[in-house]
Amino acid sequence: MADYSLQEMMAVMAAREVKNSDIVLCGTGIAMLAAIAAKKITAPEASIFFETGAIDVQFAQTPLSLADPRIMHGAIHLAGLVESFNIIQNRTTGPNVISILGAAQIDIYGNLNSTSIGDYWRPKVRFSGSGGACDIGSLAGQFWVFMELGKKRFVEKVDYLTTPGFLDGAGAREKVGLPGGGPSLVITNKASFRFDDTTKKMYLHSYYPGFTPEAIQEEICFEVDLTRATEAKPPTEHEVNILRTQCDPDRMVLKS
Amino acid sequence: MGHRGKVLGLSEAIERYVHDGAVISFGGFSATQCPMAAVHEIIRHRIKNLHVVAASNGQSVDELVGGGCVEGIEIAYGGNGRFASTCIRFRRAVEKGEIKVEDYSNYQMSLRFMAGAMGVPFLPTYSSLGTDIINKWGYGEEDRRQNPRLAPKKLVVVDNPFNVNRQVDQLVLVPALEPDVTIIHAQRADIWGNVQLMGLHFADIEQAKASKKLIVTCEEIVETEILRKDPYRNHILTFQVSAVVEIPWGAYPCAVFGYYDYDPWFLRDLYQKVAKNDSEWQNYLDKYVYGVKDRQEFLELIGKDRLQTLHADKEVGYNPSLNRR
Repeated sequence: MADYSLQEMMAVMAAREVKNSDIVLCGTGIAMLAAIAAKKITAPEASIFFETGAIDVQFAQTPLSLADPRIMHGAIHLAGLVESFNIIQNRTTGPNVISILGAAQIDIYGNLNSTSIGDYWRPKVRFSGSGGACDIGSLAGQFWVFMELGKKRFVEKVDYLTTPGFLDGAGAREKVGLPGGGPSLVITNKASFRFDDTTKKMYLHSYYPGFTPEAIQEEICFEVDLTRATEAKPPTEHEVNILRTQCDPDRMVLKS
Repeated sequence: MGHRGKVLGLSEAIERYVHDGAVISFGGFSATQCPMAAVHEIIRHRIKNLHVVAASNGQSVDELVGGGCVEGIEIAYGGNGRFASTCIRFRRAVEKGEIKVEDYSNYQMSLRFMAGAMGVPFLPTYSSLGTDIINKWGYGEEDRRQNPRLAPKKLVVVDNPFNVNRQVDQLVLVPALEPDVTIIHAQRADIWGNVQLMGLHFADIEQAKASKKLIVTCEEIVETEILRKDPYRNHILTFQVSAVVEIPWGAYPCAVFGYYDYDPWFLRDLYQKVAKNDSEWQNYLDKYVYGVKDRQEFLELIGKDRLQTLHADKEVGYNPSLNRR
């Protein structure tokens, strides 16, 4: 079995889910490594683009932001924000878009907070705000979430609802008229979660080797269904090798 | 070159077009192509009570907030990629209640500039339905009545008047922005203000065209004939521009595609450290902003050796051998 870090596990878990027909809207950090790994392992024909307007990007070096010049050289097209968000809102291309988001808080319906903790008008902690996350949650075919497990993050109710998941449950997205598909996968450092087709509630889908479903429930404020969970397949040596040597050779994201 | 066209010095351009209390926007995104020379000049001129409208202008917004120039912000993202998951001075100012914030998404802010550029009062989107971007307003309706710099409503949700087949078809209308002044940093321009952008252009074009006054700082002023060889990249035209300022390294410590990389030393080792501590922050301003007379003196302080390490490889547009660790 390959020696791997939990960060590498997260990237591989996401990379395995990408298909050749997908258009992947890329963030930075581990989410970006996942997109690059998908291109190199599972879905070489998937297109990767950035909300800043860089389309079908090549990755000679690891970018440090959505505007890093490293995403510009070699892209098939360079435009601006409006162009990228139009791809997601467009009803022909939007349903094929997958994006991976991070956040400070998530609830059982996959609603995300990346704006603030406490009173919005006088926050205890202020974060960056939506950026493109609300747009992606509203419009993209599906989105995935990358977060560390923990009771501060997996909460009953998000302090500020920045990015729409399934709002208050089944039928809620349709009721307000959100065109996108909502969240479909949550990948953490210890387990992955999916959403029930009927209730739209998050349930435990897999736990990583070395963790138990009960221990994972301990780190979540709301109750998740544990009955459908299986142990996740750890990354293979081949996958880990590609991550380290081809996706982030300078170790800008992966800790060495 | 006898005629100077729209060319001004930086200090002159800021004095002429950036006033206390103005609604202002900046080009660039996180740590790329922010007009940092102009930002420092604004802080040095001690301009106050600016109302900033921004999509994701990381470094410009953070230094301007830290410089005490900002009263309120309408913004999508107050972060700076891997250099700051939340911009440090921005975060402090919001948590202390020193500045007021109105949150939108990146698409919404871009559409607001585009509406201004198109000359229409709003544009629609499906983004943010059901979220707190709709439910929670930084500026209430009463604030908005008293503040002519703000739209009378943050946004409005309406039914699609052309609805034929969807059960529910609501749209979010976001109000147009027409900033008093926008400042962007470009690669090249001519003396008349025809502007060539290379690489990504973020929301720069929409911002430039929405604005009542536009200052373009650029790496190089070139002959118009050179721009004519590549008309596809000349996105902003003379009749939109108020002033052109040639200012090499004008975005440093941010990157300019094709010219230079971002400076990890400045953004991480220096800036992240000083921005977290109020007295060190004051020392930073005293040394790097108030303590220098102009951009030239600032660049001398940074030093030729440092700048040397950032020069872009002409082929790829950044420096592939830059040490970013």
